[in-house]
Amino acid sequence: MSSSRVIDINDLSLTFETNDGPVHALSNVSLGIEKGDFVSLIGPSGCGKTTLLRVIADLEHPSSGTLSINGMTPEQARLKRAYGYVFQAPALYPWRTIGKNIALPLEIMGFSKEERASRVKRGLDLVNLTGFENKFPWQLSGGMQQRASIARALSFDPDLLLMDEPFGALDEIVRDKLNEQLLRLWEKTQKTVVFVTHSIPEAVFLSTKIVVMSPRPGKIHDIIECNFPRDRTLDIRETPEFLDVANRVRQGLREGHSYVD
Amino acid sequence: MLNALWQGKALPVLVVAAIIGLFWYAGSILLNADLQRDAFVNAGKTDYSTSELIAGTFAQERPKLPTPGQIMAELYKTVIDTAPTSKRSLIYHGSVTLSATLLGFLIGSALGMGLAILVVHVRSLDKSLMPWVVASQTIPIIALAPMIVVILNQFDVTGLIPKAVIAAYLSFFPVTVGMVKGLRSPDPLQLDLMRTYSASRLQTFFMLRVPASVPFLFASLKVGVAASLVGTVVAELTKSEDGGFGARLLAGSYYGQTIQIWAALFAAAACAWALVSLIGVADRIVTRGMGARP
Repeated sequence: MSSSRVIDINDLSLTFETNDGPVHALSNVSLGIEKGDFVSLIGPSGCGKTTLLRVIADLEHPSSGTLSINGMTPEQARLKRAYGYVFQAPALYPWRTIGKNIALPLEIMGFSKEERASRVKRGLDLVNLTGFENKFPWQLSGGMQQRASIARALSFDPDLLLMDEPFGALDEIVRDKLNEQLLRLWEKTQKTVVFVTHSIPEAVFLSTKIVVMSPRPGKIHDIIECNFPRDRTLDIRETPEFLDVANRVRQGLREGHSYVD
Repeated sequence: MLNALWQGKALPVLVVAAIIGLFWYAGSILLNADLQRDAFVNAGKTDYSTSELIAGTFAQERPKLPTPGQIMAELYKTVIDTAPTSKRSLIYHGSVTLSATLLGFLIGSALGMGLAILVVHVRSLDKSLMPWVVASQTIPIIALAPMIVVILNQFDVTGLIPKAVIAAYLSFFPVTVGMVKGLRSPDPLQLDLMRTYSASRLQTFFMLRVPASVPFLFASLKVGVAASLVGTVVAELTKSEDGGFGARLLAGSYYGQTIQIWAALFAAAACAWALVSLIGVADRIVTRGMGARP
């Protein structure tokens, strides 16, 4: 295990017991994620990509196999607040203003009032929401809400960012913009990101490593390296190199029977 | 002007009130006519016109159904014209009822919230306690009230407390049910979020469950305060020596003072309406502060 390894997953399986019998959500998954990586998990619904992210976050428990985060178990990592998690929906608390929502983890973790104020200010600035601190979530558009939730996940400065289809519910124009902003953020903060998506262009545009997953049972089909320059912009999507990687991802999904039934 | 009235609440309410009033007066004529005919016969009056008969049905001392006008006159007499310290004043009786109602409501809401917190946090209590909470409300309060008064009297607990206990008995139930629902209302995503921050149970409770329960709490407090007033009035039927709307109802029915009964009913309804409205105002202020859409 190299010293820059952030997440180390070995032969991990997870089976849910349901009334209709066992469901193999994850089967023999092995994956290493290095510091500063932007790793996308891509695959059709039911391939276990969200489940894998939830296992890393200690929101689900594996049936077998090992998983370590900075050498700790997922539970230890969670208790040490090693990661920030961005959900599919913004999950802002409606009774808190945007500023107070961003301060929520800081309150829980016992940051001082002054520290909270300065971090909220920095967070709002980071996601271009300055001036919206005292608005309530319903007063913001879906894209702005999701940006606020990213600021919330980053407020306590975790080195690892786990994102579960954060832009899945947004329209393509907003999604493009947020993809670019996220890339800039990643470039600036040097964080390690694990990103779940079912959009091929999104995965290719954002990632250093694309993990193609296939369903029933959920497993890793292929891992595609994807090293475009860190300061890339949306224009890159027109280049042959980009389309080439996108084709390989699509090919991988097809081989994994993602397009059948 | 008229258009503005229609768009507001005032005119529709007035129209409904006018229709009810119309039916009410018709009912008064119908129900009181027999008595009025007897009265004319007893007075030796045989040739009376229909309008005389109708006027008579509106002005009886103990009508089967007093008219709204008679009830309003009685209310005016007992609320405005009588000194509030007099035992004939509805203000006096109202204050007796309201103090027991409010004390009972406070006890009941506190108990309801406490039970809800226990039920939500202790799984076994959800199974073991909730059925008893539900069962407690299946016993008619009118049967239970005298027993509570007698038992508490045995322990020298008299006056306001026994009535407040009965009021609390009725009001804790909606608060428990509403609060349990409210404390459980956060969705899995909101709970997962707390878990990713490894928040303690106490933090999850105060930063997520409690604020999420507020709208549910206010809805059940409205039901609870009205139930509390009903409980107090029922208690006063048993414990009428201290006065109160219930005592007024009881006295009215002893002596056939139907106007007095109806006036007390109206006053009790007005009090309940005022209490529910007050909670509605508090609801609006609090939820507005918590970011509810105007």
